[in-house]
Amino acid sequence: MRNDLLIYIVRRLFVGLLVLVILSFAVFVLLFISPGNVVDVLLGAAPRTPQTVANLRHQFHLDKPFLVQYWIWLRDAVQLHFGTSNVTQANVVTELQRRLPISMFLGFYAYLITLLLGIIPGVIAALKNTKNMGRLVVASSIVALCAPAFVTGVFLLFLFAVVWHLFPIAGAGDPAFVDRLWHLTLPALALALPAAAFVLRHTRASVLTVMNQDYVTFARARGLGWRRIVLTYTLRNALIPVVTASGLMLAFLITGAVLVETTFSVPGIGLLLVTSAQVKDLPMLQGLCVVVAIIVIVANLLADILYALIDPRIRLGRKTA
Amino acid sequence: MSEVAAQVETLEAPARRRRGRPSLLFAVCLLLFLGVVFLAIFGKMIAPQDPSAQDLSQVLIHPNGAHWLGTDALGRDVFSRLLVGARSALQGPFAIAAISMVLGNSLGLLAGYRGGILDTLLMRWVDFMLAVPALLVIIVIAGALGASYWLAVLVLAVLTVPVDARVVRGATIEQVPRPYVEAAKTLGVSHRRIMFLHIWPNVSPVAVANAFLIFAGSLVALSGLSFLGLGAAPGTPDWGQMLGENRALLFANPWCVLAPGAAIVITAASVNLLGDWYYEWIVGRGASR
Repeated sequence: MRNDLLIYIVRRLFVGLLVLVILSFAVFVLLFISPGNVVDVLLGAAPRTPQTVANLRHQFHLDKPFLVQYWIWLRDAVQLHFGTSNVTQANVVTELQRRLPISMFLGFYAYLITLLLGIIPGVIAALKNTKNMGRLVVASSIVALCAPAFVTGVFLLFLFAVVWHLFPIAGAGDPAFVDRLWHLTLPALALALPAAAFVLRHTRASVLTVMNQDYVTFARARGLGWRRIVLTYTLRNALIPVVTASGLMLAFLITGAVLVETTFSVPGIGLLLVTSAQVKDLPMLQGLCVVVAIIVIVANLLADILYALIDPRIRLGRKTA
Repeated sequence: MSEVAAQVETLEAPARRRRGRPSLLFAVCLLLFLGVVFLAIFGKMIAPQDPSAQDLSQVLIHPNGAHWLGTDALGRDVFSRLLVGARSALQGPFAIAAISMVLGNSLGLLAGYRGGILDTLLMRWVDFMLAVPALLVIIVIAGALGASYWLAVLVLAVLTVPVDARVVRGATIEQVPRPYVEAAKTLGVSHRRIMFLHIWPNVSPVAVANAFLIFAGSLVALSGLSFLGLGAAPGTPDWGQMLGENRALLFANPWCVLAPGAAIVITAASVNLLGDWYYEWIVGRGASR
């Protein structure tokens, strides 16, 4: 069994690496065909002579064939050399290192809030399944799914920072835990609300399905206590699909992070992505793409492993009906 | 015991709702959506002021008789911009929903009816698309090729089509083994005719309801891009862009931020609910026929 799991993980890792290579090629091609002359950008206001142009072309390997350029870029990328931003002249990797902890903090914070606001009300809504409760849940989750993070963020800002001065308007605060927590509470909430609505709907549906299973009816018929039926019989099985959904939730959170970091001016990698796209900072964009892709792939892998651990039928993709 | 009773009640609840009269909320959603469509077509004519006219002597004033929602940092009338912005909010999602109705439905029908390599390829494509956050792809493309509204629409359509195709494929696979398809085959009806004239009408409730969802989703996605400054061209009255530009004015005139935000949520939610109701209505009608 343990062996099965190991093979499963190795195979998933291999697929992840393959996806990463294909993606890096796509990113490189995309930036290769982007309009605008790189030499012009690099020269800036400096005097343009054939000598300086030739030097730049040589320095940035622009005089070599396309595949050689890609190979050089990939070789550097594997060693985490993404060069320097052609706009701010900052080193791409140090810039990422500076901003990644902020985004990670925001992401984990939002993830915790999502689980808290999603699972508990979802279970309650399924257990107290009155008609109005169901309606309320469906309506609120539809609204929450249609309320993008930037709109929720702006409304939260207005309520809790402008009307009541409870939270700061912008920024990520000091690296000190408490200050950061205080600064990132509203952004994390804005990020978590749509995802929590998604989890809530999922949890409710899942708990309802399990509650209708024969074994739960049987447990009830045997006269087992309500607490035992819900906690040990229902929830354990009901939460499996919820765990699987966390892979989807990740895409949700990453996309949302870009919007939320812009809304709250949080200097994380999401905001960096947007500003780099606005000013066409190609080296920065390339580095960001690779980092975000690694995060997505690793998190998906973790979700899959978790899923395989919880539900043994999943391992090895073996089809056991 | 009461829990069991509650279970039974929920199982029957949707069936009962289907037969009932359309609710008040449905009427409100329909009215709201028709109102936004009306604004998208005639907004320029009924806007009280020129949405792009700047008046630097009337900057950031609060709502009053002349400016119902006040003015923004350049003295432009927020209410007029809100009305005219309906067009930018609806045209992209409409295009995306239309493209995925045509392409996604055709692909889904083909994959579901024929199966084989096309089916496998389509499913792999969908798996890949679901793992990739669509907004990030568009941001990177916008960064490389330059931001443009219709480019974003195109990329979003490419990312949406396979998802739509999968939904239609699922519904088609359910229809293929039914006797009417068998009968049509026996009569020598062409495959194309079976797919589009026999099967499609039966999967259309799912397809149309999904188009509503796609419409709402792309409305939110496109306004998000405009919010980031990577969608609608600068200066266009667009809800997302108004939010992005006026974000810093939350203290000075909150209306110029909150109003477009509310417009996005309300429009998207009403489209979403309309889709739900359409599906329940058409399925309920089929069951009682």
